[in-house]
Amino acid sequence: MESTEKKSNTRRTPHLTDEVVLDCRAEKIFYTDFLAVRDSHVPIRKNQITGFIGPSGCGKSTVLKSINRMNDLIRGFHFEGKISFHGVDIYGKDVDPVNVRRNIGMVFQQPNPFSMSIYENVAFGLRLNRFKGNMDEKVERALKSAALWNEVKDKMKNNGLSLSGGQQQRLCIARAIATEPRVILMDEPCSALDPIATRQVEELMIDLKERFTVAIVTHNMQQAQRVADQTAFFGVDISRGGRTGYLVEMGPTGKLFENPQEELTKEYLSGQFS
Amino acid sequence: MKTNRTTDSLHLPDLTRQPFESRALKSVLLSSITVLAAVLACIPLFSVLIMLIVRGGKRLSLELFYALPPTAFETGGGFGNAIVGTLFMVGIAALISIPFGVLAAIYMAELGPTSKIAATARFCAKTMTGLPSILAGVFAYAAVVLVMGHYSSWAGGIALSLLMIPVVMLTAEEAIKMVPEPMKEAAYGIGCTPSQSMVKIILPVAMPGIITGVVLAVARAAGETAPLLFTALFSDYWLQPNEPTASLAVLIYNYSGMPFENQIELAWAASLVLVLMVFVLNIISRAIGRRTQ
Repeated sequence: MESTEKKSNTRRTPHLTDEVVLDCRAEKIFYTDFLAVRDSHVPIRKNQITGFIGPSGCGKSTVLKSINRMNDLIRGFHFEGKISFHGVDIYGKDVDPVNVRRNIGMVFQQPNPFSMSIYENVAFGLRLNRFKGNMDEKVERALKSAALWNEVKDKMKNNGLSLSGGQQQRLCIARAIATEPRVILMDEPCSALDPIATRQVEELMIDLKERFTVAIVTHNMQQAQRVADQTAFFGVDISRGGRTGYLVEMGPTGKLFENPQEELTKEYLSGQFS
Repeated sequence: MKTNRTTDSLHLPDLTRQPFESRALKSVLLSSITVLAAVLACIPLFSVLIMLIVRGGKRLSLELFYALPPTAFETGGGFGNAIVGTLFMVGIAALISIPFGVLAAIYMAELGPTSKIAATARFCAKTMTGLPSILAGVFAYAAVVLVMGHYSSWAGGIALSLLMIPVVMLTAEEAIKMVPEPMKEAAYGIGCTPSQSMVKIILPVAMPGIITGVVLAVARAAGETAPLLFTALFSDYWLQPNEPTASLAVLIYNYSGMPFENQIELAWAASLVLVLMVFVLNIISRAIGRRTQ
């Protein structure tokens, strides 16, 4: 590695527009009879990274996956509330979840490239959306944005699965950003990666923020401190018998970590539970 | 080294082999039995192959492939029409059973895995794998021969397809289920509709497994005699789809009982050709399966 200086999120300068691109109001999220999440209002702001942190079982992944309607694939899933994406409620009756997913990209915990060439992996979303322009240029741009171009430019025909874990995850990121979705969701994208690959993906996220809006779930609060502009802390409510997740507190990352308002937040951030 | 008996902790256990201890003897005995069983299991296959090669090999020649079956006291001849007939009828069976089986498997594995329809279909397929092949013939007789009014290769192909469909369905379902869940999630995540994710992502990955299933089904169908006895009968002439049609299996059945040396030799040769066809199919399926690894 050339530079020992870690690229930190110093570009976290106050944004002139704190425009909310995606207003997520999850009133109740059920898996059949189990209430997984309640009362969580998470606004996702344009060109910022919003981090979801919290102990296991607090519903952060559930809320994230509700945003692009991935949870629809789970039997018994039921969402009560409203998720407003550029003014449209994505849980509205007329809304096609497939179209939602074409406009909101997702990167998963385990790298999951398709079993096809690197080129075809990145081009997949573009072909799906019937892109008619210069495919090569789009693919190259996506791979460059994902900091993977130099490593794969001579082996674009190799199968995506032949790459290392960190490279596969960057390929998945390239695949997600190739179609230039307005919002990119990342569900613990670094948890399956080694520290060096993790650092590469984190630096990548900070670069992506210039052009995209990112929401990331992470179980690593230091990662949230490093990359997130806004942080939403979720907790678990056991008062009514079950384990229901809910949004405890949310705010600009610096303020949340230095001066948390809620007791639960203070306890979590000081490492008293995880 | 002298052990100090006053402190138990210094009493060293005996780590040497004890081959005549009952535990070791039992282990050796059971291991030997399993090796023996594996060797014995190979014997039927090898003995059949050797027998076929010895008896049928001497008649192997190109004439077998272009000549027609000989009459009672003729010499020479071949069974070209039987080879074509088998290929044709198995072809019809494949054309019916592959789309049917794969589409059903797609429903059972992906679209409605927990539905009652899927559970019923799965149960029916599993039961049908044990269906006596003669019943497939009887069914095709009633459903096709009686309806059409005559024996034909269509009836034979349909009878064979009844034996192939359950195998294709079940192996294709397993192949589709084996596609890793994360890959399916990625397909949905990028905005595929269910049919797009099936056609572009899932089926290509499941294809080697599906092909293996198809080849297994074809191998079974190629060797069945009973279903063809009620549907395609036999013929001494080249393929006429709307007429009774020759096949290798029925030829072997007919000729092996005849009191003519020529015909008996041909029956052996036909058996060898049939086994070789199945063998080649197996190799092809293995090669296809390996190609995508």
